[in-house]
Amino acid sequence: MKFRNLALAAAIASVGLSSAVFSTAAQAQAQDQFFPVLVYRTGAYAANGNPWANGYVDYLKPINAQGGINGVKLTYEECEFGYATDRGVECYERLKGKNATLFQSLSTGVTFALTDKATVDKIPLITAGYGRSESQDGSVFTWNFPLLGSYWVGADVAIQHIGKQEGGLDKLKGKKIALVYHDSPFGKEPIPLLQERAKMHGFELQLLPVAHPGVEQKATWLQIRRDRPDHVLLWGWGVMNSTAIKEAQATGYPREKMLGIWWAGAEPDVKDVGAGAKGYSALTLQHGAEPNSKVVKDMLAMVHDKGQGTGPKEEVGSVLYMRGLISAMLGVEGVRQAQERYGKGKVMTGEQVRWGLENLNLDQGKLDAMGFAGVMRPVQTSCTDHMGSSWVRVHTWDGSKWAFSSDWYQADDKVLRPMVLEAASKYAAEKNLQRRTAEQCAQ
Amino acid sequence: MAFFIETMLGGLMTGMLYSLVALGFVLIFKASGVFNFAQGAMVLVAALAMARFSEWSNAALGGDSLFLANVIGIVGAGAVMFVVAWAVERFVLRKLVNQEGATLLMVTLGIAYVLEGLGQTFFGSEIYSIDVGMPKDPVIMFEGLFEGGVLINKEDFIAAALAAVLVAGLTVFFQKTAIGRALRAVADDHQAAQSVGIPLNKTWVIVWCVAGLVALVAGIIWGSKMGVQFSLVTVALRALPVVILGGLTSVPGAIVGGLIIGVGEKLSEVYLGPYVGGGIEIWFAYVMALIVLLFRPQGLFGEKIINRV
Repeated sequence: MKFRNLALAAAIASVGLSSAVFSTAAQAQAQDQFFPVLVYRTGAYAANGNPWANGYVDYLKPINAQGGINGVKLTYEECEFGYATDRGVECYERLKGKNATLFQSLSTGVTFALTDKATVDKIPLITAGYGRSESQDGSVFTWNFPLLGSYWVGADVAIQHIGKQEGGLDKLKGKKIALVYHDSPFGKEPIPLLQERAKMHGFELQLLPVAHPGVEQKATWLQIRRDRPDHVLLWGWGVMNSTAIKEAQATGYPREKMLGIWWAGAEPDVKDVGAGAKGYSALTLQHGAEPNSKVVKDMLAMVHDKGQGTGPKEEVGSVLYMRGLISAMLGVEGVRQAQERYGKGKVMTGEQVRWGLENLNLDQGKLDAMGFAGVMRPVQTSCTDHMGSSWVRVHTWDGSKWAFSSDWYQADDKVLRPMVLEAASKYAAEKNLQRRTAEQCAQ
Repeated sequence: MAFFIETMLGGLMTGMLYSLVALGFVLIFKASGVFNFAQGAMVLVAALAMARFSEWSNAALGGDSLFLANVIGIVGAGAVMFVVAWAVERFVLRKLVNQEGATLLMVTLGIAYVLEGLGQTFFGSEIYSIDVGMPKDPVIMFEGLFEGGVLINKEDFIAAALAAVLVAGLTVFFQKTAIGRALRAVADDHQAAQSVGIPLNKTWVIVWCVAGLVALVAGIIWGSKMGVQFSLVTVALRALPVVILGGLTSVPGAIVGGLIIGVGEKLSEVYLGPYVGGGIEIWFAYVMALIVLLFRPQGLFGEKIINRV
């Protein structure tokens, strides 16, 4: 009985204490720029979600240590959603009430679900390397920012790379390319672009969906063994990627003929396969594993060496850690850019952050100064172009590490632009939206 | 024809692995009347423990002896599964003697969440490897009979053979030994079993230990195939249609059900999938199980339970 009373007292005390903490956080929010962080540290995709989240949160720490963005400190709160769309929307609803002025949904499914909500709430959605491809058109998708590249960019560059391997795009005629994809909005996103390219070059596109989470692919790879496609594109995430590479090995399909999207080209995808994945290549969202970059050395010195690292020190500089870190940097620079117009040292609103994001101008000098030399190429957005860059490289697993194996590619705007405009116009017609005019953009 | 045979063989070998996981469900249900939703979590914890103990001991041994590291890993994981079995009996089941089946089912859901959380807290949530020397490359057979031959996945073949040996051993254990009969008696009626001197607590620890052993073997095989990570939990979900189809109370049912589901889902994906957009193998297994339920609610081999009212 005594124990029960003690436990009750402890519970009441802890509730009181946590209320005090929360109220402090609420008071602080008035002066701080709040960064909600949607993460998946548990569940089927945790192995890939963890390094992204660690990189994201790590990047915010030295910003605060150096006084914040022009004196405005950053606060952040993680919300675990397990890569489930419904839980991602719940996280959004919960965190938007804490003065969230930008979201990074880390899921194409969640992005689809939030696109309409964000418009009503006037909160920008940064979807760096994922999300809706047509949301590059900022005159229709006014709150979406697929910075650095969309899946149509990835698909376009993938075909360019395969064409180069075959000796030219004209050599693709009569070839067969299989797309093994996660059966979700993420996995389906590249299909229209690939179909367009298939029409242009005369190759056959074979579509092979894999059900979530992708642990059973034997039937898929038996079909690949039967049909012998010339190349396989892997559009997977989490355990689906390593399973696919293992099944390729088990059915004798050459890993050199496989090319993954940038979410299928990180250490967790191949580490467990080891030498069996040797020769497997994947696109990069500009960066790869960057252990020797200045920004990584800074993270080690300013965060991990001080015992403030979010995750293990060994993962700093790995592919997905870099993805999270760069995603955080894009958000921070959006806020910084907004302050240039609306007042340095002030907390920005969602609308002001949107202006900052669509006026980003990260030239090479700025990137180099921030430690991203050799990691990234310039990003310049506008009211009509919310992507800002479409540079991609290819890296290849050599059995123990990723190494770049191609020069820079850029998505072909002649292919991409008409598709983006058509899909965005269709969306605008469905939702009864008017494209933003030049005057509206200038405001 | 060669492709059809390859698909069939692939399905049979996968089905054997489903049988192994399904066996964990059947064992606990037969011995305690509990549908153990925690079986998938047990597979995850067993595989995590095996992978991590093996990794740590390999590092401690200077990376010289993978065999010894694996032995230590298996012993360590076995000890963890024994502790899980003892804790489940001591802190959960002992308090719930003679409770409704639905209550026990909900309890196993809770056990699953606790095991998943604790397992990842203690052993980590990254992807870990189990290297027990399984061959990864395929072998092509019957090249003289069929153009291109028939591809056999050596890893799947060995895994299926191991699973078959374990299934056979457990069948004998259940049907022919005194402990096996005691387990079945407990399943029929807790109070009646106690009244004839069968120690309920000890019996439950034994059956959860056996289910833990099955989880360990399944964890090693699946972990070696797809890496040790949270997704191993979902392997248990693949075994659900197997127990629905085979019957919850039948060890042979788990075997035959596993084989039918394994072959059925592969053939459906390959031959029906292209007409409906593909990606159908997971739900098609449930469709097959539901069709069986329509005609035989107790499953193909399950006992017909008639309650007097």
